[in-house]
Amino acid sequence: MSVETTKVSGPQEFEKTLDASDRNVASFDTHSRTALESIQHRLHKSPAMVPLIILLLSVILFAIVVGGRFFSPFTLTLILQQVAITGMVGIAQTLVVLTAGIDLSVGAIMVLSSVVMGQFAMHYGVPAPVAVAVGLLVGAICGLINGFLIARVKLPPFIVTLGTWSIYAAINFIYSGNETIRSQDLEATAPLLQFFGGSFKVGGAVFTYGVLLMLIMAAIAWYVLNHTAWGRHVYAVGDDPEAAELSGVRVDRMLLAVYTLTGLICAIAGWALIGRIGSVSPQAGQFENINSITAVVIGGTSLFGGRGSILGTIFGALIVGVFALGLRLWGTDPQWTQLSVGALIIVAVGIDQWIRKISG
Amino acid sequence: MTQQPILTARGLVKRYGRVTALDSADFDLYPGEILAVIGDNGAGKSSLIKAISGAVVPDEGEIRLEGKPIAFKSPMEAREAGIETVYQNLALSPALSIADNMFLGREIRKPGFVGQWLRMLDRPAMEKRAREKLTELGLMTIQNISQAVETLSGGQRQGVAVARAAAFGSKVVIMDEPTAALGVKESRRVLELILDVKKRGLPIVLISHNMPHVFEVADRIHIHRLGRRLAVIDPKQYTMSDAVAFMTGAKAPPEALAA
Repeated sequence: MSVETTKVSGPQEFEKTLDASDRNVASFDTHSRTALESIQHRLHKSPAMVPLIILLLSVILFAIVVGGRFFSPFTLTLILQQVAITGMVGIAQTLVVLTAGIDLSVGAIMVLSSVVMGQFAMHYGVPAPVAVAVGLLVGAICGLINGFLIARVKLPPFIVTLGTWSIYAAINFIYSGNETIRSQDLEATAPLLQFFGGSFKVGGAVFTYGVLLMLIMAAIAWYVLNHTAWGRHVYAVGDDPEAAELSGVRVDRMLLAVYTLTGLICAIAGWALIGRIGSVSPQAGQFENINSITAVVIGGTSLFGGRGSILGTIFGALIVGVFALGLRLWGTDPQWTQLSVGALIIVAVGIDQWIRKISG
Repeated sequence: MTQQPILTARGLVKRYGRVTALDSADFDLYPGEILAVIGDNGAGKSSLIKAISGAVVPDEGEIRLEGKPIAFKSPMEAREAGIETVYQNLALSPALSIADNMFLGREIRKPGFVGQWLRMLDRPAMEKRAREKLTELGLMTIQNISQAVETLSGGQRQGVAVARAAAFGSKVVIMDEPTAALGVKESRRVLELILDVKKRGLPIVLISHNMPHVFEVADRIHIHRLGRRLAVIDPKQYTMSDAVAFMTGAKAPPEALAA
């Protein structure tokens, strides 16, 4: 490497001895690493690696202890169906968490949107596509309100969405009169609302359209985050908002866009939710906010922002799904699922902290 | 000085409530020079620099770039006009790669349909240009331009920030305390980097507390005191203790230099 040794006029006395010393400090050399350090670096580069390994290990574990009943195309695709909704909401949650925020209102937005779709289609007699569009709009507006309070009024995301969680959930119950729209009624009047419940078979594997939707949404989100300027700005905003602003990223506008998009994605998940449960129920999806945060955290996305991936979140949701179904088939108390998910969250955050301590 | 200054400021005033940070301050930067700005804490150095780099809008006064009056409302506008700033905190995103950081806020998109409609980034082009810039400044031997900035040392990060400014700064580069957070060896390398940038014809405004560094690289030294320019001195004709004495008010500068 050739460092240009510019003749600096008269360095200070105490600095003179340094002329003879190594001047390559600002070059990008790598020292040899220990095995542990190279693992740390590899994980740092691909944050979805840890959840992928845990996912594969847990599938192998349950395939051994439960046997063929677990390790069949039918069961494995059943897990996909069970995590589809959490996966979609998790994608939205990932966007928010990457900006160093959090959205506790995602579940409430999802249910409210699905209720709006159901009410419009059944009680106002509007065509199903219009009802769906109104539902999506309501979701986006809920997200926009969150974004406005966070980006413009500068309130902490946790507090804002804790508040709007209650507000949206209450509106949902008041508006729906706590009434469930039955599956048969939907089927007769607005089958479009149940579209994502439809399924097709490939051998023993059963895929619902909801599962496909989740995979497509994940692929789009992955593309946007990794291959567009907007996606890089999501990371930059979560990493260091001040630095992002000075580099020319409009932080306010980014946050507004991210929360609005999150609301829209939750509304799409609300549509898929109708397909999953068949009916429109204001009681459904109560805990999707916690489930989505769990998927995001187990998926290796850092709650401090700027680090993480969509793939990780999908793996995180699948890990929870594998544990839930695996333990059920094994015949254990369902509380063991809760216990193991709790342990996974703590392990995931521990690994994140370790990876963050990386240095050259 | 027979040359025309590239960047001038006249009578800048900036008040924060009852505090006057800038009290009709003047400023001149000539083409191809390194102008150091020194001053005691609270003398208004950073307000002066922020006014020039667009980070604050002065209450009064006029700034001209190449003779044309300018009024920046944000750092973005200053950047578009060709004034790049290396901030003390570097303004880098630690988790993003070197190339992503260099192009943050002005990414290159792929040509044609994928760039226009799918908004796809042209990673190879950005990485190529980032590599070229770093090579020009002698910061090369990067194995991996896609490595995250947080895996670099302090001096390396400074190198990336300087390379970014040099890559896009077409008229002026401002550096705020570039050696403050660095060790002695890394400071040396960054000083060489500053001289490299100067050699490429870009004038530099260097804000620093470090007198040895200032006297080593600066062509002229702007001494800021009590919100205004006290004097501009030639580092070859004055000693560091003179400069410190002027800066702190222990000694008055000769009449001829007073601005």
